[in-house]
Amino acid sequence: MRSLISGALLSLCFLFGSAHAALDPAVLQGFASDDFGERLAVIGKLGQIGDDDARRVLEALENDSLAIGGGKVLIYDGEKAIDAASGVALDAVPDDIETLTVNNRMRTAIEAAKAGMALFSADTAVRLAAATRLRDSVNPVTLPLLEKALSGERDGAVRKVLALAVARGNLGSDDVAKRLAAATTLADSGDPAVLALLEPRLDGTSEPDATVRAAVSDAIKSIERRLAIADAIGTVFTGLSLGSILLLAALGLAITYGVMGVINMAHGELLMVGAYATYVIQGLFQKYLPGMVDGYLLAAIPVSFIVAALVGVLMERTVIRFLYGRPLESLLATWGLSLVLIQAARTIFGPQNVQVDNPSWMSGGIALLGDTVLPWNRIVIIGFAAFVLVLIWLLMQKTRLGMFVRAVTQNRSMAGCVGVPTARVDTMAFALGAGVAGLGGCALSQIANVGPAMGQGYIVDAFMVVVVGGVGQLAGAVWAAMGLGLIAKFLEGWTGAVVAKIAVLVFIIIFIQKRPQGLFALKGRFVES
Amino acid sequence: MQSRRSFIKALTLSASIAAIGLPMGASAADTIKVGILHSLSGTMAISETALKNVALMTIEEINAKGGVMGKMLEPVVVDPASNWPLFAEKARQLISQDKVAVTFGCWTSVSRKSVNPVFKELNGLLFYPVQYEGEELEKNVFYTGAAPNQQAIPAVEYLMSAEGGSAKRFVLLGTDYVYPRTTNKILRAFLHSKGVKDEDIMEEYTPFGHSDYQTIIANIKKFASAGKKTAVVSTINGDSNVPFYKELGNAGLKATDVPVVAFSVGEEELRGVDTKPLLGHLAAWNYFMTIKNPVNAAFIKKYQDWAKKNNVPNADTVVTNDPMEATYVGIHMWAQAVEKAKSTDTDKVIAAMGGQTFKAPSGFTLTMDKTNHHLHKPVYIGEVKADGQFNVVWKTKEPIRAQPWSPFIAGNESKQGL
Repeated sequence: MRSLISGALLSLCFLFGSAHAALDPAVLQGFASDDFGERLAVIGKLGQIGDDDARRVLEALENDSLAIGGGKVLIYDGEKAIDAASGVALDAVPDDIETLTVNNRMRTAIEAAKAGMALFSADTAVRLAAATRLRDSVNPVTLPLLEKALSGERDGAVRKVLALAVARGNLGSDDVAKRLAAATTLADSGDPAVLALLEPRLDGTSEPDATVRAAVSDAIKSIERRLAIADAIGTVFTGLSLGSILLLAALGLAITYGVMGVINMAHGELLMVGAYATYVIQGLFQKYLPGMVDGYLLAAIPVSFIVAALVGVLMERTVIRFLYGRPLESLLATWGLSLVLIQAARTIFGPQNVQVDNPSWMSGGIALLGDTVLPWNRIVIIGFAAFVLVLIWLLMQKTRLGMFVRAVTQNRSMAGCVGVPTARVDTMAFALGAGVAGLGGCALSQIANVGPAMGQGYIVDAFMVVVVGGVGQLAGAVWAAMGLGLIAKFLEGWTGAVVAKIAVLVFIIIFIQKRPQGLFALKGRFVES
Repeated sequence: MQSRRSFIKALTLSASIAAIGLPMGASAADTIKVGILHSLSGTMAISETALKNVALMTIEEINAKGGVMGKMLEPVVVDPASNWPLFAEKARQLISQDKVAVTFGCWTSVSRKSVNPVFKELNGLLFYPVQYEGEELEKNVFYTGAAPNQQAIPAVEYLMSAEGGSAKRFVLLGTDYVYPRTTNKILRAFLHSKGVKDEDIMEEYTPFGHSDYQTIIANIKKFASAGKKTAVVSTINGDSNVPFYKELGNAGLKATDVPVVAFSVGEEELRGVDTKPLLGHLAAWNYFMTIKNPVNAAFIKKYQDWAKKNNVPNADTVVTNDPMEATYVGIHMWAQAVEKAKSTDTDKVIAAMGGQTFKAPSGFTLTMDKTNHHLHKPVYIGEVKADGQFNVVWKTKEPIRAQPWSPFIAGNESKQGL
């Protein structure tokens, strides 16, 4: 419908050609001025004119294609220039053409002007966006516009936003009834900026009417309550998000160290291998399947598992299997392996970090009340951590391999006696741990930097989680990861990131002294002394 | 038996290392050795690798024109791996073992502080190419980056101006080390002098390599919702900037609401970020790649060609930035000073440096101050464009003289010059 109308308008313009002087060139001339205020004023005027020609000029300005040349305001796309006022193409591009620079202040004004025009669009989504945009910056110029839009608006969601916007504007009205209605409406808001508007209206000098004051105070209370809830959800969410990252970093280690008893210092590098595998898959998709680039991550999940698992098998077969039961030697050997892997990555991919992009469906977030936004990439990672956890649990509890691994862990010689191929089970279990680390690396590539030494930053966290959780327990790792994530985030909101990091480590030192066996301890005969 | 064999192996190995070492020393006579001390790995590699590249390119350029005093320059590249004590070790190695005439290097202030005593003790010469916090003036160091009054203070003044959005509340966000802490101390004193109260300033620090900015961004949003226009001044350094800007984009904090002005983020750092959600966020520097003048066009072309020729990773998308320009200017000025002094002797070169001029890619002829070892530099403020480049929205009319001792820190009144 809307395109039909604008199409009709456009053809009208063509029909009348240059005879139809769309915009008064004098209006645009302010753009040529050196005075910043004057340029802002032109944007405001264009917003009030509000027709398609004004919109075209504003859009050109926004896209850095409005230019001044030969004393005229032009739309210049790098090749040919069009007179912005009349829409007529120039025969030659003037030599002194210079593109107008747009800064944030002007961009804000452009957005407001465009939103004013879009308030009466036929598209509900466009109207909603415009109303939301204008809600945050109501002024005496936009208020009548918003009131007019509100009276003609049918859509419930848009009405709600418009009502809030109008209420904001009416808070300073001379009419007591309008102020009262505004305060009552604003009680539904979840925006902290509204609080800042309401709070000064609590005293008698700025708000003479007692009933309005009471309504304002009620509105403040209800907004504060809503904000407190949103805030708490936000903190818990960031805590869970950090917890899920710790868990993904530690799950593989919970198998190799927790279950098999190998102190694997190269665990962080297995994460790195998974992250680089993701990077390579992204590159392949960009090169060969550019249309499906957003799907690269799904393909990267199995690949990062397999690649990291293969590296794990290689490590186990060549080094670690000779060192079972000798923790100190395996510690040193795996540390050496970690250096080898870091250097290998540096040689193959270069010492600099590589860029792994979020697929577009992982960018942005869900806006909760007020300022709380839950970013998609973090939501996806929390879900992914849960998925990996379920996968491992099923593997360990429901498959033959899982049963063998548990049997070997509990009593290696007895398992061997009853025919369990312990050496092969070791390899498989180590490969599983390494593969899970690869999955962790794939997830980490979405939020952290991918570089050769990235694993070093996670090895301490991973051991922290496994040791606090209790060696040999997957459930322990889950509780420890989530607990540490939440503690770290609550502390960070309170003390800052640097102190929070120290405080968590101090907490762990004290915890381990009081409870060396961790949160969940294995009990029974099989625990080797 | 086993141990004896390995002992013999070790012996031959060390002998062969010694043998390799000998001819290197012998060839030093007809070249001038130049040390390059930049992290090529670790958290700072994102920023410093390009400086090593541009230094090598500049040395090639000088050699192609006949070298300095008729001698070729011979670069000696070492990697201190973002490890601050290792910087001091490598600096000592460059001066005492490799006998370099001059060293170009360091990015973070903590690395510079770590090598300063070495250059002082061995009377070496260091050219430091990055903006920093000031509060320092070493005889053995030339600072080709900006002092606070050539970057931080103009940037904050811009944010407070009508054009910059008339910000009234400020978040000072940085990595936890000497540069951000000192800069923020200066900025806080400056803001006080402009009538901004302490409750309108929020100061936050994160460790090096920090990658979880959720809480901080939530706090910034909360701080910004108090009704006054808020701006963020970021002194985050190294690869933490990637997760910071990613989170900023995901949290929907747009530059038109809360602009972020960064002092350590340039074209190179933004290569690792999707810049579409960052449109309009700011950076303050003394040079931007988008500045249009013939010297800059030639500089960019030279570097792009060099990158292709030397197979730099992603050579077709390489960019130039401010510290790269400062490195380029520094090496050329040093070469001019050596020609003037007719010697590479540290003291003679230092004497010849004052008053050197060079036509820089920033569009001005830059001068080395006669007394304070800093360049006079123009200031530019740019907004991030969708392609990761910067749109210059404000600039000074001419180069500004550096004030390494900020007048906003008490007790600095008496400190001027060396």
